[in-house]
Amino acid sequence: MIPACPLAALPRGEAFRLDTVEPPIAIFHTDDGELYAIDDTCTHQDASLADGWLEGCEVECPLHASRFDLRTGKVDALPAKLPVRTHGVVVEDDTIYVVPSDLPPNLPPGARAKTA
Amino acid sequence: MSMRSIAVVGASLAGLHAARALRDQGFGGTLTIIGAEPHRPYDRPPLSKEFLAGRIGQDDLALEPEGEDLDAEWLLGVPATGLDTGRDGHRDKHSVLLADGTRVSADGVVIATGAAAATLPGNAASGGTAGVHTLRSVDDALALRAELLPGRRLVVIGAGFIGAEVASTARELGLDVTIVETAPAPFARALGPEMGAVLGSMHEDRGVRVLCGSAVQALIGTGPDGGRVDGVLLGDGRRLPADVVLVGIGARPAVGWLEGSGVALGEGPARDGVPADGVLCDAGGATNVPGVVAVGDCAAWFDPSLGRHHRVEHWTGAVQRPTAAAATLLSGGTAATPPPAPPYLWSDQYGMRIQFAGHTRPGDTVTVEQGDVAERSFLAVYRREDRPVAVLGVDQVRQFTRWRRTLSTVSTG
Repeated sequence: MIPACPLAALPRGEAFRLDTVEPPIAIFHTDDGELYAIDDTCTHQDASLADGWLEGCEVECPLHASRFDLRTGKVDALPAKLPVRTHGVVVEDDTIYVVPSDLPPNLPPGARAKTA
Repeated sequence: MSMRSIAVVGASLAGLHAARALRDQGFGGTLTIIGAEPHRPYDRPPLSKEFLAGRIGQDDLALEPEGEDLDAEWLLGVPATGLDTGRDGHRDKHSVLLADGTRVSADGVVIATGAAAATLPGNAASGGTAGVHTLRSVDDALALRAELLPGRRLVVIGAGFIGAEVASTARELGLDVTIVETAPAPFARALGPEMGAVLGSMHEDRGVRVLCGSAVQALIGTGPDGGRVDGVLLGDGRRLPADVVLVGIGARPAVGWLEGSGVALGEGPARDGVPADGVLCDAGGATNVPGVVAVGDCAAWFDPSLGRHHRVEHWTGAVQRPTAAAATLLSGGTAATPPPAPPYLWSDQYGMRIQFAGHTRPGDTVTVEQGDVAERSFLAVYRREDRPVAVLGVDQVRQFTRWRRTLSTVSTG
């Protein structure tokens, strides 16, 4: 379990990029008050989904408008062809923690690993 | 007229999206997709960036997800040479004529033939002189990539986005790079002179020479018949040594095959930087010929917010507009037209992410609202009479996303 940020630092409608892990993870606080964590990097081309547009339980990639379902990681709109991973989210003592997936990530072609 | 057969002419981004939209909207008839290139649909933006740099391969460019089946007949590697719009006896049926003599008859036609790279006047045969390139197709990119060797001198003619991205990639690959632009400021057509100059200085930061107000007089070659390029002669007499030249001076709609078809084509030079050529369409993609729509780089849709036809060469337009064009075609023109979304483009240069949305024209004011130009991370908003009309972001993705959303709710004319 990896500490991400205080719950108070992530208001509804906002996203937090956890870049102390590789590849980074994006945590979203939806307008309905749910917390979801998915891989931050779009599977189409290198872009941060935490910078994208959050609407309901979907995030739209800021670069090419691929949409991912935050609950499942599945692609709801092209051009992305592969899903992002989803990660567990736990809130304890007003802090958000992430439980990373053990699956291999679907990184975009040509993405170079960045150091944290 | 009910649509039992539709031919999509053009098998790139716009054509593929048109085919998808037709199937998504319930079209169950015969679908034929015609492509001039032998390749399955592929993504072109990486051709000047990751693909040119060799970081991704040809398979990575594929636009079709594994298992996608549009139940279409694909005719690839055969350019269309003509369109017979329902004359000669079979009034309600159109025929697309192909280079191999094939005739594809269809009730509906989607024109999606894209654009071709413009060549220098007097040097129309860009393949004539070795070392002189344009960049439009994957084959162009492979040919250029083979020549971008460390230590070579690259001259980029035209300070537009293709040229800028190739310059960036070539610097990464260790070439010496000069950009030559006829206009007084680089990148001014898309970004206006002020921000164009900022982008130009970002190239100079990386050791690229940016020469503006410099017309190209001639390409200089060695040996008989031009041989191989070894320099670029400017109008002021300067001679730039060159091992490789990229001509990036824009694109022309690939509509020659429609001459004489009766489909109305625009003509004339660009106004305020807006190309006025291409297939003339209404705000839903319909041409003047019933049962014929056009999408993508070749199509000049009427933009109500601008009050004129506007040919858009951006990736996003090729993705978004086919949905409306398919509805137009399937409804016989009675579908509601969508509100125009502000044009959006992105570019990656020297690891910086550049994004632009909206329309700008001379006289707009520009203010930096976030970040700092000197730090090469900023967001600039263009205004006309205090109304935001466009936004530029450099490494400001999150703020840009918000501004772009704001723009789509206001008219950007």
